[in-house]
Amino acid sequence: MVYLTRKAEFSASHYYHNPDFSPEENHRVFGKCNNPNGHGHNYTLEVTVKGEVDPRSGFVVDLKQLKEVMHREVLDAMDHRFLNKEVPEFLNRIPTTENIAIAVWQRLVTKLERAQLHRVRVYETPDLFVDFYGEA
Amino acid sequence: MHGVRRMKAHLSRRYLFSASHRLHSETMSEEENQATYGKCNNPYGHGHNYVVEVTVSGPVDENTGMVCNLTDLDGFIEREVLSRFDHENLNTLQEFAQEVPTTENLCIQIYEIVHRGFRKAHLERVRLEETMMNSFEYAGGEASH
Repeated sequence: MVYLTRKAEFSASHYYHNPDFSPEENHRVFGKCNNPNGHGHNYTLEVTVKGEVDPRSGFVVDLKQLKEVMHREVLDAMDHRFLNKEVPEFLNRIPTTENIAIAVWQRLVTKLERAQLHRVRVYETPDLFVDFYGEA
Repeated sequence: MHGVRRMKAHLSRRYLFSASHRLHSETMSEEENQATYGKCNNPYGHGHNYVVEVTVSGPVDENTGMVCNLTDLDGFIEREVLSRFDHENLNTLQEFAQEVPTTENLCIQIYEIVHRGFRKAHLERVRLEETMMNSFEYAGGEASH
């Protein structure tokens, strides 16, 4: 088994708010991330796939295809967007880094042709990142 | 808010602190210390900018979208780890009265502090970078032979 990781970057804005919470509770739980006008990050996405090396091509996965799928399924939807308002998953789910990693996984998992998705890592900043392995 | 089914995610956070140490074992002769630790045995010590990377895991809470609130993790690490080790000479601390303050031992100590005291999520591992070129990881467990 060989693991291959491809990186990409996207920039987006978001804010954290739960309509079931009171304004005070939202402020207490989410702090400055609760500002309804949003704020932004440069996210780094790392997608790791795994598989056996194809004896004919020497590839685990066709990198061009992986790059195209990441662009089509994730970056086109999230890059330079306000996640809460423009990305369907986040109309009723808070766009935390955890939920972004899960959404990216769900967007990619059925779209890869040969290799199997192993891990989605999303960096919100260089000092904060989330890994999702598809575990329930 | 709706959630997705409660899914398990891993959250990692990196923190910086600076400290000095000297690698020297009382159980070794001067020559043996020198041979084992080389320039790290300099009696005056030397320092590093350490990066500690803490990974916790748990189900993503449907109400908050979080594994745990970063404010809680940051507060705990600041109080229990950074304030204990930042800008200190590790050899003078009670934690290293009995053991050499290698980055392996420091990594294990930080793991034990977080494992014992942090209750808001499950600790997966602690990774400690001594320089950009070397790092150590501890995820609990005894050594196997």
